[in-house]
Amino acid sequence: MKTMEITVTVNGKKRTETVETRMLLSDFIREQLRLTGTHLGCEHGVCGACTVLVNGKAARSCLMLAVQADGFAIDTVESLVREDGSLHPLQQAFSDNHALQCGFCTPGFMMTLVDFLQENPKPSEGEIREAISGNLCRCTGYANIVKAVEQASQALAKQGG
Amino acid sequence: MANLIGQSFRRKEDHRFVTGTGQYVADIRLDNMAEAAFIRSTYAHARIKSIDRSAALAMDDVYAVITGEDLVGKVGLMSEMESHCRLPKHIEDQIKPIMKHNVEPVLATGKVKYVGQNVVCIVAKNRYIAEDAAALVKIDYEPLPAVVDPFEALKEGAPLVQDDLDDNMQAYFHLPVGSWEEAVSKADHVIKGRFTSPRVGSNPIETRGVVASYDNRTDFLNIWSSTQMPFEIRHYVAKLLGLVEQNIRVVAPDVGGGFGPKGGLYPEEVLLAYLAKQLKRPVRWIEDRMEHMSGARHSRDQIHDLEVAYTKDGTILGVKDDFVLDVGAINYFALTCAYNSAAHFRGAYKIPVFDLTCRIALTNKTPNVPYRGAGRPEVVFAMDRIVDLIARELGMDPVEVMLKNIIPAEEMPYSQGMYYKDGGELIYDSGNYPEAFEMALEMSRFKEIRANQEQWRKEGTYIGIGFSSNVEGTGVGPFEGAKVSIDPSGQVILHVGSSSQGQSHETVFGQVAGDVFGVSLDRVTVKNGDTVALGYGAGTYASRSAVNAGSAAHLASVKLREKMLAVAGNVLEIAPEELTMQDGVIFAVSQPEKKITFPELAAAATPGMRCKVPEGMDPGLEATHYFVPPTVTYSSSVHAAVVEVDIETGFVKIRNYYIVHDSGRVINPMVVEGQVQGGFAQGIGTALYEEVVHNENGQLLTGTYMDYLLPTSMEVPVAVQGEQEYYSTRNPLGVKGVGESGAISTPAAIANAVVDALAPFHVKIDRLPVSPNRVFDLLQDAQSEEVIMPK
Repeated sequence: MKTMEITVTVNGKKRTETVETRMLLSDFIREQLRLTGTHLGCEHGVCGACTVLVNGKAARSCLMLAVQADGFAIDTVESLVREDGSLHPLQQAFSDNHALQCGFCTPGFMMTLVDFLQENPKPSEGEIREAISGNLCRCTGYANIVKAVEQASQALAKQGG
Repeated sequence: MANLIGQSFRRKEDHRFVTGTGQYVADIRLDNMAEAAFIRSTYAHARIKSIDRSAALAMDDVYAVITGEDLVGKVGLMSEMESHCRLPKHIEDQIKPIMKHNVEPVLATGKVKYVGQNVVCIVAKNRYIAEDAAALVKIDYEPLPAVVDPFEALKEGAPLVQDDLDDNMQAYFHLPVGSWEEAVSKADHVIKGRFTSPRVGSNPIETRGVVASYDNRTDFLNIWSSTQMPFEIRHYVAKLLGLVEQNIRVVAPDVGGGFGPKGGLYPEEVLLAYLAKQLKRPVRWIEDRMEHMSGARHSRDQIHDLEVAYTKDGTILGVKDDFVLDVGAINYFALTCAYNSAAHFRGAYKIPVFDLTCRIALTNKTPNVPYRGAGRPEVVFAMDRIVDLIARELGMDPVEVMLKNIIPAEEMPYSQGMYYKDGGELIYDSGNYPEAFEMALEMSRFKEIRANQEQWRKEGTYIGIGFSSNVEGTGVGPFEGAKVSIDPSGQVILHVGSSSQGQSHETVFGQVAGDVFGVSLDRVTVKNGDTVALGYGAGTYASRSAVNAGSAAHLASVKLREKMLAVAGNVLEIAPEELTMQDGVIFAVSQPEKKITFPELAAAATPGMRCKVPEGMDPGLEATHYFVPPTVTYSSSVHAAVVEVDIETGFVKIRNYYIVHDSGRVINPMVVEGQVQGGFAQGIGTALYEEVVHNENGQLLTGTYMDYLLPTSMEVPVAVQGEQEYYSTRNPLGVKGVGESGAISTPAAIANAVVDALAPFHVKIDRLPVSPNRVFDLLQDAQSEEVIMPK
């Protein structure tokens, strides 16, 4: 099987790895880098559970090959928690608002939202709903996720300003 | 004293989930672990003529290619889940059921019975190689006529799905309550209708998965599965592989949603256990979504032919239902869904006569099992749709007919004149349904909507309001256990037998135990999903954990508290009655300086010469309790949907939604509200979008998320909730189950709202989902009318 060496900056750390050229980015993250916070829900780009940041933009890691990420920065859910162990405002808000039940879709939602809140720091409810409409959650019925995003956007605004 | 119960604590399980450090089955990696992939049937019904695996076996890093024939005589056949199939004798006497034994091998032998059935298992170094090898396996099938329509399946001479049976009617029962003939003779009208709830899937975002490993030294099997029933898996793996149960440990780690179909036994659980032992290495299999759509079990799929006898003032005298449940290629859960349908048909209505006949048909489709609601949404849809039809026939408001037939509060506890499937008499223990209905009318501003509807229509806006009520038997037994102990550190450790797929067990049961011991939530650690922790367990399904595991946790804690006071009394030389405990310290109420901490007490109770446990008691601070409910306890809800229908596109937009629910005493309001909202979202899927479709050959047409639509954040509004808190009389906590209630009435309420919005067109909705194309079709042939038979 054909392999290739790639260099990626994962959660801030540069890593050089040899991968099969056919390996999905999602499998690379989970199986080779052992970052299992990124989850696979459908592997055909619909559910959004595998969302990570590729060069700062939310992307479905099941729809990319690892070799396509060569030279890129990849951020996963594991990057969110602060060095002192404190939670990112999104993580805190998800927990405060019971925006997760089984937790399986949660990392994908949060990575989608990290990107979204950078683009749109003060979103309306409608904008939040649209932003997460590419992520499926089967437990919560989304209501508390919307509330969590509202809380997180306020917390981030305070931090920023 | 309840300090913790009733409070919306942030969940203890959240930290690992939001930081990506949970451990789902796909996250488990063991040394030397291989990966399995399955080749699944591409035919609904076909004879397997030959399987050529030589090319696959010749590949590097392929460790095994297994067919069904390899397992004959080594791995037993899967069949009914015994614990879910037994009926008490007095129910058998009443309903005279037929239930035929049916089987499925873990890998198909001889023939395949549905698209998605496991045929070949490949074990390789990793999944990529396993799938490469799968592509090299040649299976020669001889297609057989597929039985797809359940009515065709029940006809004489239909091709057999299960070859050992005489026909495809796998089960049958008839439940008579009162005399239908008498009801008809007293009625002014009899209305008929056929109501169809199609096949859907539960679609947890985590698919299924299994990891198995075998330890030769101890002859011990470890199985991790994303299951709802670890104890049942242990039982059946032992049974099918001829092993000792206590040489098997089944762990349900973090499980990413279940909703029913992750219960029961699956072929992969048995086969991976077998292979781990055979290959002497751990094996992992993680279901991909395509496999899930066909191989994970489906649900619903009921067709009801209904007759209702009623008087000209809208009083319902009797209901007669003849229904068919399409169970797919094998029935694993006997009458579970079908009898649920019978037991929940009349719901909150006072209907003295009820005559139901059920036939369960085998077809060449994926097996049908319980899914959130489990036979209830289907009949609530049928019942509340026909009540709506009666109202429109009589020129009354549907709300008026609903209220006319609702069980008055003063008649509680109310008997439905039949048994629940656990053998108890079907008597609603507590609740107030008219009050719930009034609350829903108020919250939804029903009168205001009625007053404005005509004007809105003139402006081209079609807004309707629809209602549905349900009463749900929750907290079904047979039992659930809890074992509680005081760790040397002083921490309260609670093991419960029912495991979580997102239901917040670690928090909620911590609240229950914490209250008994007078400690804060952080001093209680709740563990679940592990068969070595407790001797027996049932599982999380059927809105049962809060009732069963919650009560077990409470009663085990009460037992341990008494023992702790006795031990402390012995140490402090003071009567136990004079002691109390708070924040991890036991002290005399009158002399607080006389005290002992939990760690000190744990040390004092440790077996040995210095053990201070009073004579006659066993050493150690540990207690176990198995809670056995007398029968189910009845939660209830009333739903109100306000929808707007676009008559150009057929699209249904939910403008507002209201749910008034009685879940008994609430342990954690935030969690309960979350369960209701989540159930509601799944109800929207069932109501408007979801349908598993097979073509006439039994081919699955909805095999991806491009074809099978799940509701997103754009389709699911907030359900505004109103709460009643009528305590259960059937458990020490007063709690009722809540997991399913949000899903049960949503399809009926939305369908009624759509009919109401389109009242000028007289559309009749008798089938789910109410998808845009179906609404469009209904508007096209809006002239048809329901049949009214004068008596």
